[in-house]
Amino acid sequence: VRILCCVKRVPITGGKMVLTDDAQAIQTRHLGFTISPHEECGVEEAVRIVEAQGGEVVALTLGPAEAEEQLRECMALGADRSIHLVSDEEWDAQATAGAIVDAIRSEDPFDLIVFGNESADAGNFQVGIRVAYALGLPVVTGLKGLTVTEGRARCEQELANGRDVWDVPLPAVVTVKEGLNLPRYPSVPAKLRANRKPVDAKPVQLAQPQLEKLRLVVPEGQGKQAEVLGHGPDAAPAIVEVMQKLGVA
Amino acid sequence: MTVVVFFEAGDDLSLQALTLAQSLGEEMRVVQVDGPYAPSAWAKALIDAAGGGDIVGPGSDRGNEVLAHVAAQLDLPFAANVTDVRGDEVTRIRWGGTLLEEARIHAQVRLLTAAPFAFAPSAAPASVETLQPELGDALRVVEHVTPDTGGRVSLADAKVVVSGGRGVGSAEGFAILEELAALLDGAVGCSRVVTSAGWRPHADQVGQTGTKVSPDLYIACGISGATQHIAGCKGAKTLLAINDDPEATIFAHADYAVIGNLHEIVPAITAELRKARGA
Repeated sequence: VRILCCVKRVPITGGKMVLTDDAQAIQTRHLGFTISPHEECGVEEAVRIVEAQGGEVVALTLGPAEAEEQLRECMALGADRSIHLVSDEEWDAQATAGAIVDAIRSEDPFDLIVFGNESADAGNFQVGIRVAYALGLPVVTGLKGLTVTEGRARCEQELANGRDVWDVPLPAVVTVKEGLNLPRYPSVPAKLRANRKPVDAKPVQLAQPQLEKLRLVVPEGQGKQAEVLGHGPDAAPAIVEVMQKLGVA
Repeated sequence: MTVVVFFEAGDDLSLQALTLAQSLGEEMRVVQVDGPYAPSAWAKALIDAAGGGDIVGPGSDRGNEVLAHVAAQLDLPFAANVTDVRGDEVTRIRWGGTLLEEARIHAQVRLLTAAPFAFAPSAAPASVETLQPELGDALRVVEHVTPDTGGRVSLADAKVVVSGGRGVGSAEGFAILEELAALLDGAVGCSRVVTSAGWRPHADQVGQTGTKVSPDLYIACGISGATQHIAGCKGAKTLLAINDDPEATIFAHADYAVIGNLHEIVPAITAELRKARGA
């Protein structure tokens, strides 16, 4: 089984959003970076499938030179090699899908192309679906369950009231959610191996965005003044009083 | 031009999408789609109904999925989870709503979903047209599985959520949260640290990549207040935070603060509650 996992480098935002002076990005000077939790589960699932059935897992990202760090994370989880589409720009969903489609077409065909259901930062909910249409492949989103057998995938899609089940012929595109599995912690030898695995880096030119980001805004409500009910267990009567006032006691 | 609203009966987010659609000031057609869920076919039916006009949907899993199919079929931009529309400019949520983006749509047609809880719900529409999609060989749902909640109230529906973070310290540490939640007929939630450590199943996670909750009271025990978590609990009407660090970020999002050790405070609340009920 040949599986492509698409991931995105995003900052670990911690407790408070602070923007750059031009309001075009989050101030990341003091932040670490990661891939979205959804995507981490996507890589873990792909690696498990290939460990059981044989094949290859390829990680792909579109991002700055530093995003190689995230590709190494994917390879420490077990991906075999990586494709790095290098650009410092922030891309909209349509342009991102276009660049990924071009990269996929220059590779041998994949059986399964895995995305996160939505990126942690932009949350556009659409790149995987656009890639599927461009390649003429079926697509199922929001998976919390995936079973690949004999050229088909049984996909369980999470909804508020349960799960919808889909039976999809491969090749296909799927987007997954955190909770699909519990990703492993990469071992030290796995991290060392990841440093020796190949990364195919190629620059890509940003297309004109159709959904153009103008500026970012921090919403109100960060900086509420909480009423202190007390310290330690002595606060219990005041807490119960609040519960009674809210009608939940 | 008319705006077509993708509507799902019984869905509060669809009523919110209706409010967004009304704000566009165009003639409105409210439609639902008949038959098994098949997003590509449903998207085609919406495109046919819209006849080149705007299409608006709810910011639900299905709403965002169907509108993304519409956008992919038309090769047009799609602004997911908007909180405001001004002509060709939108404000939309990022990072699960802990950051906003102002953006311009470079297209004649606006494809939008309404961010959950950004718009007041409209009254139920007087009439809803039903579209019959051409299913053809479109991919569709083959089976629906309903989860077994064991009779407990679900996290998404609970009026009270008692939630624990790193400060709980272990899987066993959640017993005192379970006890308080049971007494309040509520549900137990947790932060991402907890599910990553394997202390609780992912189904219990409140956060950007977990469940988004909107209880009357959310009790955050030993949770630092990372944006990942705030994205999941900011819909709570009242937030009570218990943390031994007076500088914890969670207090900046809380209505009520209690400073101290949750392992002492949570059992004290349970005892006090029993005492109050006995009186």
